[in-house]
Amino acid sequence: MTANEHLIRDLVEKHGTNRTALIPILQGVVETKNFISDTDMTEIAKELDLSAAQVFGTATFYSFLSTEPLGKYVIRVCKTITCDMHGKRTIIQTIEEMLKIKVGETTPNKKFSLLETNCLGWCHEGPAMLINEKPFTGLTHERVHDIISDYISKL
Amino acid sequence: MSESKLKRVDLIFGEYSSVKFKVLADTLKRSNEDILEDLTESGLKGRGGAGFPTAIKWKYAAETPSKEKYVICNADEGEPGTFKDREILTRVPRKVFSGMAICGKVIGAQKGFIYLRGEYQFLMPELKRELEQYNEYMSKMGFDFPIEIVLGSGAYICGEESALFESMEGYRGEPRNKPPFPTTYGYMGKPTVINNVETFVNVVMIMRLGPIQFKLLGTSDSRGSKVFSVSGDTPIPGIYELELGMPLEKFVEEFGDGDTKAVQVGGAAGFCVPRKKFTETVIGFEGVPTGGSMMLFNSSRSMYNVLHNYLEFFEEESCGQCTPCRVGCQQLRKGIVAVKKGDKQSLYLDQLMKLAESMKISAKCGLGQSVANSFSSIVYNFREEMIY
Repeated sequence: MTANEHLIRDLVEKHGTNRTALIPILQGVVETKNFISDTDMTEIAKELDLSAAQVFGTATFYSFLSTEPLGKYVIRVCKTITCDMHGKRTIIQTIEEMLKIKVGETTPNKKFSLLETNCLGWCHEGPAMLINEKPFTGLTHERVHDIISDYISKL
Repeated sequence: MSESKLKRVDLIFGEYSSVKFKVLADTLKRSNEDILEDLTESGLKGRGGAGFPTAIKWKYAAETPSKEKYVICNADEGEPGTFKDREILTRVPRKVFSGMAICGKVIGAQKGFIYLRGEYQFLMPELKRELEQYNEYMSKMGFDFPIEIVLGSGAYICGEESALFESMEGYRGEPRNKPPFPTTYGYMGKPTVINNVETFVNVVMIMRLGPIQFKLLGTSDSRGSKVFSVSGDTPIPGIYELELGMPLEKFVEEFGDGDTKAVQVGGAAGFCVPRKKFTETVIGFEGVPTGGSMMLFNSSRSMYNVLHNYLEFFEEESCGQCTPCRVGCQQLRKGIVAVKKGDKQSLYLDQLMKLAESMKISAKCGLGQSVANSFSSIVYNFREEMIY
């Protein structure tokens, strides 16, 4: 059994084989490897006795269930109105310059992906971003520089 | 200035009772009819934005015969400008659980779920710890009503109740046709009460204070207090619990930066109120309703940019199931871009307003239906900004 198959077996064991288990299983795959591959989806379909198309249909609906490879750290910068008004563009530029990638791209070493996302629920402390599930708020050029440097140093 | 300040309320975030889960324990001893009577008397309306009377919802679910029923707490807070539910779940989670358990008793449900938006995953460890305590307490009380947390995955539409059920059942978050309503056909096709986080807390406060005390707050159409999420061009952004039924002018006086030109009430799906209408606008179910989102814009902001940002949001978050919403959101955004660029004449804005109005009557769910709220109120009130 490959490592992937192990991962899916474990997740199925934990969440069961009902349809209600599908999203928790997909979330589990994303938590471990940051994206869901085609083989993962076929494997999950087999385990849950669904068609691969049903798994694909569900996975592709949700923005956090990526079916494209993403880096170890996924940076999601909020682009909704108040964060936009309070300097989202500067934050994006800072990150782009530091990591030498554009929005939607992943660094060649597969460590960071930079994405924009819709309202994160931190409008009073914007601009805000998530790195994986962790929120960072009240961002400024300096602050975001420190945060990303910190992540880089931890690699 | 200080005398004219809006009254601060401390219901939702007020301290827990000195004895752990006291309100819950006391309420569980009461009869269902008694509890429903108090709720009806209180006039409580749902705090998610739509404002459906809570007592009626619970009564419907209680009256529907079924062995299996569910209580769901909608914590898929995704409306731009709203962040109150996160604060409630962080500061007073026990009140949320208690409200859900009271609902479970009244309608005869065996299980409760909190559908937490994926963006709030970081709340999970603490919430789970709190839930353990709750579950332990409940089993000691001999009352079986376990609560589980289900995590969303970044889809705004899942805050629509039937889309939320679909998501919990493992499907794409596409809204269902209504009727049937959740109280007869909800999660897993079973009678379900789904309420906003804040609504459950309000229930607990009504049980604690009694409906009379609760009714002292607010106006006859909008009873009680409301947690407001204040953001945008304001020197004091944050969470504020205020009485419902306040005039917008007073709100702006207190929260504005002295140069407020518009307030977006109720998020991107709500209404944009221009300065000239501040005096006549009341925040509440009798005026402009809100799930709590209040975004202020000062005169340095382009309302075209604001509207474009909303439309981009809706275009991305539309589930794509029904044509009015899927195509409508795209066309509205492309349309205002074309007018701005001069590719279309300004009269084209009227056609776009008509399109927005048809989305209101033809879209399948609240998302597509409410795009017209912000679209028409911004285009109507700030027409020059759309053109020049």
